[in-house]
Amino acid sequence: MGTRDCGHESAMSKPSAGEAGHTGDWRTQRPVVDDARCAAAKTEGAACFRCWLYCPEAVIPREAPITIDLDYCKGCGICAEECPTDAITMESEASADDGGTEED
Amino acid sequence: METKLLELPEKEYLLPGNRTCAGCGLSIAFRYILKALDGEAIFVVPASCLTVLGGMYPVSSVAAPWLNVSFPSTAASANGVVAGLKALGKTGTTVVAFAGDGGTVDIGIQALSGAAERNVDMLYICYDNEAYMNTGTQRSSATPLGAKTATTPVLGKQQHAKDMIGIMEAHNVGYIATATSSFPADLYDKIRKAKARTGMRYIHITTPCSPGWVFPARDTVKMGRIAVDNAMIVLLEIEDGALRLTGRSRRMAQRGEPKPIEGYVRAQQRFKGIGPEHLDVVQQWVTDRWHSYVKRDTALGG
Amino acid sequence: MATVQQPETSIITGNEAMALGAKLCRVQVIAAYPITPQSQVTENLSGFVESGQLEAEYVTVESEHSALSVCIGASTVGARAFTATSANGLAYMCELIHWAAGARLPLVMGCVNRAMAAPWSVLNDQQDSMSQRDAGWIQIYARNNQEIIDNLIQAYKIAESVHVPVMVCYDGYILSHTVMPVEVPTAEQVDAFLPSYTPHTILDPADPRNINQVTLADPRANEVGETCHGYMELRYQLQEALGNARARAVEVDEEYGRHFGRSWGGMTWGYKNEDADVLLVAAGSIASEATVAVDALREAGCKAGVLAVRVYRPFPERELLEGTRNAKLVVVFDKSLSYGYQGPICADVKAALYGTGGGPAVHGYIAGLGGRDVKTRELVEATQESVRRVEAGETHKETGWINCQF
Repeated sequence: MGTRDCGHESAMSKPSAGEAGHTGDWRTQRPVVDDARCAAAKTEGAACFRCWLYCPEAVIPREAPITIDLDYCKGCGICAEECPTDAITMESEASADDGGTEED
Repeated sequence: METKLLELPEKEYLLPGNRTCAGCGLSIAFRYILKALDGEAIFVVPASCLTVLGGMYPVSSVAAPWLNVSFPSTAASANGVVAGLKALGKTGTTVVAFAGDGGTVDIGIQALSGAAERNVDMLYICYDNEAYMNTGTQRSSATPLGAKTATTPVLGKQQHAKDMIGIMEAHNVGYIATATSSFPADLYDKIRKAKARTGMRYIHITTPCSPGWVFPARDTVKMGRIAVDNAMIVLLEIEDGALRLTGRSRRMAQRGEPKPIEGYVRAQQRFKGIGPEHLDVVQQWVTDRWHSYVKRDTALGG
Repeated sequence: MATVQQPETSIITGNEAMALGAKLCRVQVIAAYPITPQSQVTENLSGFVESGQLEAEYVTVESEHSALSVCIGASTVGARAFTATSANGLAYMCELIHWAAGARLPLVMGCVNRAMAAPWSVLNDQQDSMSQRDAGWIQIYARNNQEIIDNLIQAYKIAESVHVPVMVCYDGYILSHTVMPVEVPTAEQVDAFLPSYTPHTILDPADPRNINQVTLADPRANEVGETCHGYMELRYQLQEALGNARARAVEVDEEYGRHFGRSWGGMTWGYKNEDADVLLVAAGSIASEATVAVDALREAGCKAGVLAVRVYRPFPERELLEGTRNAKLVVVFDKSLSYGYQGPICADVKAALYGTGGGPAVHGYIAGLGGRDVKTRELVEATQESVRRVEAGETHKETGWINCQF
């Protein structure tokens, strides 16, 4: 089956997340949130959210406790760098317990 | 009134899983541009990193209407969208011409100058990462003096950045502002203010670029903040000729002088090897520009 | 009782005919930049808009590059857009010419044919539009001022049905600045013939789309898993649309005839060509001149005719193949040149006839570059020279240059 069925006369697209695939695969480090230190978590969402503010990928919703969509987080580390209470740390993906092979 | 952080809208139009580099300053800026325009805008975009962000056919990374256009034609193509909407009696949509520094200060300046002179009803946004980043960091006329790029690889750039704010002022543009991705609320307020006006509006947003300026991706926000602290970036707006410093630049001016640029320069590998002769020249240029802006802000008693 | 307005005959220039045609088509966005010999078109249109005779956005752009960019933006949101230019102005538009075709926008442009610099020349030849023949636009060449206005009205109808932009070409000065009687259709007639434009593009905040994105070499799935085009499939589709434009151009011309009492031959037009042994092929005003040459040739005993190219892109391959079947010789007069080879129409005619077995000899002549006058006598003599060569059994002849005094 050819591409004629798509019916597009020109290159015209609709929006969708994940245009570049699971960009979380790009990460070498992942952000890990410590709720005990997180101002947003401690105030039940009444304060801070610097991580939400500065995230280039829009993968951190403005909700407490903080969750990060690791399917798409590229691991830039801005959230950790900007966190005023050091509640986010970047941890190596290689050391994450992902059930890898013994050669990892 | 400055919008507070937690007053910024939650709704996102920029969709995750796009093609920008990790830690992209443009991505941060674009999130707040989209929030400020709140689904009432059409974007007109030339070849640039933004094209990459927008994604490849047949999927778009942004929940906003977007027309890709030729590299030199951003403002003219946007003028066509404005004229077309007007001819069809469609109102209420802000047409946003959105180009990089190369697309604005170099190849797109003729079309921008024409549209500015005609006072076309559009918001023109230049995101300035200070070189042709999408093609691999070649120098543009927005590249600062002393910066090494792929086409100034040994000596660094020998000229100062082109003064786009001055150029836009010379066109009698009614609303002109600068901003950076490191101060999203300041940017958001300026986009809101620009949206409420008619005629040509110009906003110049400095977006630090980790791969191009050569600093760790985690430092993108920090880099813009340092740039404001040493007046490499001056946050301001010029409404009908009246210049006003905004946000952190305004608070800085009330307190005293900017910090020396040395800390900013040392934080970026693109300035590696810059000699004191260049550093002093850039420092003098930054200081002079700062004073000229502060002097024009009457509320600061300049 | 209200009287029905009748079309009036006016004595006007080609440029005036083009501007009146654009007005009758109710173009909604006009963007053009001054260049000789086109300027009168935009001057007249700006007058129509400023005086309120035409309700349109007239954008006084700062360059031809911006002129076509404005039209592209306007057409994408669904406005009927128009521009006009000549020579270096057309060349300055070059990347947008490709862009408009690739984006499948039904723009219409008046191209007042003028020689390309360097050196500067403001006079006529067809190098400008011929150099853009590969961009994916439909090109129609007018033989006189009546055809200019008629071609423009037809152009929007063709463009908006096949979604391919159209260049309405006519010779600078020879037509642009020469007055001729032109029957100007009434607005009611044109409104009845030309429906309003419905775009295939969507640029609407209520239904966000991203248009003309980077497109990969291979097909790719969209957000719901449907396989969509790669770059090559989009380009195949453009070629297919230009192919469909052949039948569409003929239909529209016939329909025009029913509405206005005039049609222009569709893809090609002929003059005394049915029984001709020798066919003169050309495009634009030189083809009109060739009809006078044919009369002279017939008087001198040569059974000559004209088979003129009206629509040059898509190329009238079938019409030329069938129209030259019984001829012994085809003589092509090109007002442009593919430097390093031969006249573009000549090369295309040869390609169209290739492989048909024992077809006519095809000889090419370059004429009228940079405004060099082309006299009927010269067309007659060139044809007679080719007839002599063919009768002498020469199978090949180098491209001839008419009245080149080098």
